[in-house]
Amino acid sequence: MAASSAALSLPKVFRPVLGLGRSGNPAKVWAAAASCRREKSTFVGRIIPPPAKYGGRHTVTLIPGDGIGPELLNHVRELFRFSCVPVDFEVVNVNSSVATEDDIHNAITAIRRNGVALKGNIETNHNMPPSHKSRNNLLRTSLDLFANMMHCQSLPGVQTRHKNIDIIIIRENTEGEYSSLEHESVSGVVESLKIITRYNSLRIADYAFRLAREKGRRRVTAVHKANIMKLADGLFLQCCKEVASGYPDIQFDSMIVDNTTMQLVSKPHQFDVMVMPNLYGNVVSNVCAGLVGGPGLVPGANYGTNYAVFETATRNTGKSIADKNIANPTAMLLASCLMLDHLRLHDYANMIRGAVLTTMNETRLHTADIGGQGTTSEVVQSVMKNIQSGGPLTTEQI
Amino acid sequence: YPPLTTIPPPAKYGGRHTVTLIPGDGIGPELLTHVRELFRFCCVPVDFEIVSIDSKSTSDDDMNNAITAIRRNGVALKGNIETNHNLPPSHISRNNILRTSLDLYANVIHCQTLPGVRTRHRDVDIIIIRENTEGEYSSLEHENVPGVVECLKIITRKKSLRIAEYAFNAARQNGRRRVTAVHKANIMKLGDGLFLQCCKEVAAGYPEITFDSMIVDNTTMQLVSKPQQFDVMVMPNLYGSVISNVCAGLVGGPGLVPGANYGKDYAVFETATRNTGKSIANKNIANPTATLLASCLMLDHLRLHGYASMIRKAILATVSETRLHTADLGGQGTTSEVVQSVMREIESKGPRTSEQI
Repeated sequence: MAASSAALSLPKVFRPVLGLGRSGNPAKVWAAAASCRREKSTFVGRIIPPPAKYGGRHTVTLIPGDGIGPELLNHVRELFRFSCVPVDFEVVNVNSSVATEDDIHNAITAIRRNGVALKGNIETNHNMPPSHKSRNNLLRTSLDLFANMMHCQSLPGVQTRHKNIDIIIIRENTEGEYSSLEHESVSGVVESLKIITRYNSLRIADYAFRLAREKGRRRVTAVHKANIMKLADGLFLQCCKEVASGYPDIQFDSMIVDNTTMQLVSKPHQFDVMVMPNLYGNVVSNVCAGLVGGPGLVPGANYGTNYAVFETATRNTGKSIADKNIANPTAMLLASCLMLDHLRLHDYANMIRGAVLTTMNETRLHTADIGGQGTTSEVVQSVMKNIQSGGPLTTEQI
Repeated sequence: YPPLTTIPPPAKYGGRHTVTLIPGDGIGPELLTHVRELFRFCCVPVDFEIVSIDSKSTSDDDMNNAITAIRRNGVALKGNIETNHNLPPSHISRNNILRTSLDLYANVIHCQTLPGVRTRHRDVDIIIIRENTEGEYSSLEHENVPGVVECLKIITRKKSLRIAEYAFNAARQNGRRRVTAVHKANIMKLGDGLFLQCCKEVAAGYPEITFDSMIVDNTTMQLVSKPQQFDVMVMPNLYGSVISNVCAGLVGGPGLVPGANYGKDYAVFETATRNTGKSIANKNIANPTATLLASCLMLDHLRLHGYASMIRKAILATVSETRLHTADLGGQGTTSEVVQSVMREIESKGPRTSEQI
């Protein structure tokens, strides 16, 4: 077929160098890009086809959020403009204090249109009635971003109690304890429903094993509490075991969540890839973020079948440090690099990531959360200087 | 300094107390045997009534016997009972049944860095008070549609008020400044929202104690970076499980921290992290410190404070000796060496006179 022979003769530059989806079907990608049509991929491995480029530039939805989100995302835009990254941002504001859901639905529509988003955390106002759902949660469930992936790595310049940590955490993002289904049948007694389904559990387990295989990881650990929640976490565990049998090259084991957290604070090097339902994922990812240096350093990605949204891993609004120029921009900058990898702009991603890591090595530029006195703008300036000194990107590199 | 108990001291017959002993599985039996040996050596006026529970059988008789024995004696010391995963889901965790039948609503864990144990964090001193009977551990699950499981998490006003009251009372009795409620009310607005509100209501009655709240994910992150900021923490069941294990990891591991379960009428003492330790059972390498300190908590509860502090001092002196550290602390000592050393420490302090008791 013409398409497949054309695919085989594709120059090296079109094949993805890094990131997910190495096993994607080049013929399909080529056909999709050529016809500028976004078709729903039936191949679960490379789940999301690359979004369409118009005039060679991507459009990405940007949701500033609250707290430190707006200022950090401004820095991201500034950096992208400086580095001539071919990405345009469509900014959609979500007002967290109003009760109507129009804002968030506008944002969701924009993400459906663009396919990719970069967001800050949207605050959940506690004074509103319980029917006012968390906006972040609404976004994740509406777009079915079922997998939250977080890669915790010790950064070389940051001093932590544990060294050389490298853990990938894959957390189910749409069901579990975050179903927001609660009721008070009898006054003073609240029942909160935790939903675990076979379909979602199989899906997340499959995602975890595929990712482990693609990244050459040896071991997947499922985190659960099936000794107490026998049906719910028992179902999750069983789905993981079923999927594990299809990946004989990867070792699978399971661990109860309380033991996991204890092992994480004493011997975190025993963990490789971890997969778990929603709430345990929340706790374990925050523990791991604390181990590698704090919430300001780790980026997170939310993947679904058709969409991808990038943000900081621990989803903090950082209200108390907002607009003071002391927030750590590293997490957000690294999240934007993940986004560039997703858009197949690997060279820009590597360039920015290299500059961020070089900046991290300089202790005098560390922000307050990692024990230094640097400001956000100093860090961003240093990243830009690093990029500039790396020389302009030539056509062979792009 | 024992936390507040609403339980009157159990009756003494002939000056001796009777305490139920449940060996459990894994390392439980061997460690509790050491406890009995130590008590006999120190002439502690406690007799143990041993009730074994077979974790493999499906009948409830063993459990009912144990519960009846605890109701009779009022106090128990137990090892963890294994929950067999191969049995059907209707077979509920035995430990859970014990806690709910006896209504042991407060699980108190005091995590302190012990001198002599090298850890990454110093000066950790946190009291964790965890609701022990409801929350995510209600064991109420059903599968209405095949492939979709609903698991119920129950939070009630009555129990939340009770545990909050216990926490603030304990803080006041121990001279603590601050109580932190751990929750996830931004997502579980009704459930954890109710818990948080009950804590706030109770806090209003204790103006000298600062009350604040923190979301569980932020709490765990703060615990691994700055655990010294926490004083007393109160929380529902599942978060309690996670946070008590994180804190146990911070102070040196599961072999060092004792735990206590208090109810209105009964008290049961065990290790804080409730491990069966199947893989190290009967190898003489388990760390007996947690179980021994749990027995000291029990002696404090029985108002035998002299004996309790004597044994506790001996244990702390032993733990300071690095060459006696067991494998979980990075050493090569055996369980029996540790227990022998504790006994020698007690002996070297001389016989107890009547003023001390």
